[in-house]
Amino acid sequence: MCGIVGLFLKDASLEPNLGAMLADMLVTMTDRGPDSAGIAIYSGAGEGRAKLTVQSAHPVRDFANLDADLKDAIGTPVLMLIKDTHAVLEVPVGQLEAARSALTHLRPTVKVMSAGEGIEIFKEVGLPKDVAARFGIAKMGGTHGIGHTRMATESAVTTMGAHPFSTGNDQCLVHNGSLSNHNGVRRELKRLGMTFETENDTEVGAAFISHKLQSGDTLGHALEATLTDLDGFFTFVVGTKNGFGVVRDPIACKPAVMAETDQYVAFGSEYRALVNLPGIETARVWEPEPATVYFWER
Amino acid sequence: MQTFDLSKDGLRALNSSLHALKGQTNMTAWEVINPKGAHAIAAGLDAPVEITVRGSTGYYCAGMNKQASIFIKGSAGPGVAENMMSGKVVIDGDASQYAGATGRGGLLVIKGNASSRCGISMKGIEIVVHGNIGHMSCFMAQSGSVVVLGDAGEALGDSLYEARLFVRGNVKSLGADCIEKEMRPEHFALVEDLLRRGEADHKAKPEQFRRYGSARKLYNFNIDNAAAY
Repeated sequence: MCGIVGLFLKDASLEPNLGAMLADMLVTMTDRGPDSAGIAIYSGAGEGRAKLTVQSAHPVRDFANLDADLKDAIGTPVLMLIKDTHAVLEVPVGQLEAARSALTHLRPTVKVMSAGEGIEIFKEVGLPKDVAARFGIAKMGGTHGIGHTRMATESAVTTMGAHPFSTGNDQCLVHNGSLSNHNGVRRELKRLGMTFETENDTEVGAAFISHKLQSGDTLGHALEATLTDLDGFFTFVVGTKNGFGVVRDPIACKPAVMAETDQYVAFGSEYRALVNLPGIETARVWEPEPATVYFWER
Repeated sequence: MQTFDLSKDGLRALNSSLHALKGQTNMTAWEVINPKGAHAIAAGLDAPVEITVRGSTGYYCAGMNKQASIFIKGSAGPGVAENMMSGKVVIDGDASQYAGATGRGGLLVIKGNASSRCGISMKGIEIVVHGNIGHMSCFMAQSGSVVVLGDAGEALGDSLYEARLFVRGNVKSLGADCIEKEMRPEHFALVEDLLRRGEADHKAKPEQFRRYGSARKLYNFNIDNAAAY
């Protein structure tokens, strides 16, 4: 099972409501996977700032003075917003990699959930409604976002095993299904320099796409390549700084429904996830074709 | 007319009211509003009643239907009319994967498109699709008939038994042991009857269809066919 939702806004007037809309969609999908939940939200890209979203099992200890310690390390002020077990660290775009590398020395046990100009990822073990409430997702604005509620099959139920997975700046992926050749693909990607945090199959799918994008492929080409190189069942929804893509394996047994209006493009594992969106009654609603890549970019 | 607001009264209350209708009843017309993609709407009915669902449904709407006529004024999620025994299900929009799977009787009409695995393992149901059907449709279909006004996806009728398949448009590919067969007079009559009952007789004529059926080479194990199993 697993439940996936995605929302790409075309109408800027909806941007303040992105988090609320996405959280509502994800909560509707709770009975597709109660193990863990996560959301990636994109906002503020192109404004000269970048964000490092980090997670700790001991947030009180690890986040204490983290902004000041990072400022000392990279030489520019750091804005820190703590949300439960996660903290969003905002730095100038040019200082993102310096901040990330300083973090590994300053707080070695802290995990990086995402890094980039727009992306913030929040994920934890638990039900979507609890995870959304802990991180105040409903109050967040943004341009696009994706969410996932997990029924674990391939690896342990942990924070790091929750989706979305981010394996490149401003990139993330959620997955319904299971990959069968992930160990082989992981070995190959490691040889090419990609790094992995978990033994999870979906992380391999994410890293596969990130590697293609790093090599200069377009999002469309990277998604096409999943159809030839990844074996198993998958419906993927991918987020990038500017856009949002969908691809299903050729067997396409993992469900997917999409809706488009002048205001948005939305994805849900089931139609139920879309029913509260504005204008859904007159939206174009369709099931994405198997082995066909769809993407929208602004 | 009984009207049931699913968002207010809930699925269990709806289905238990419908399951309580046995044999002849004077409450023959029901309307379900606010379905919002809920699962198992009007599943497991066994009475000659008419149900109109005003909107789109989720998994397994009208599953195991006996006798009832169920009209979906929207699209249907996966497994609509799965294992239908008798009666009728008419969908105004599209149907998701495995529509009419394992159905033993009754008529399923899909006025839009059906996605993958339509009629998989069907055992006597009749299916009329006004649009296209997706890949692996009628896989291991045992008996019954399917009429498709549009195109069929990859591997139509793979490992087919005795179901009769009629497609007007293109077939992307035929599955193992599925072949095109001659349209004989009884097939024209069958398609004509199904088009009429499937509310499609104004859209297509029997002579526009091609027939597909089993080559009957996979019925028994034959070492020469090992590669095809």
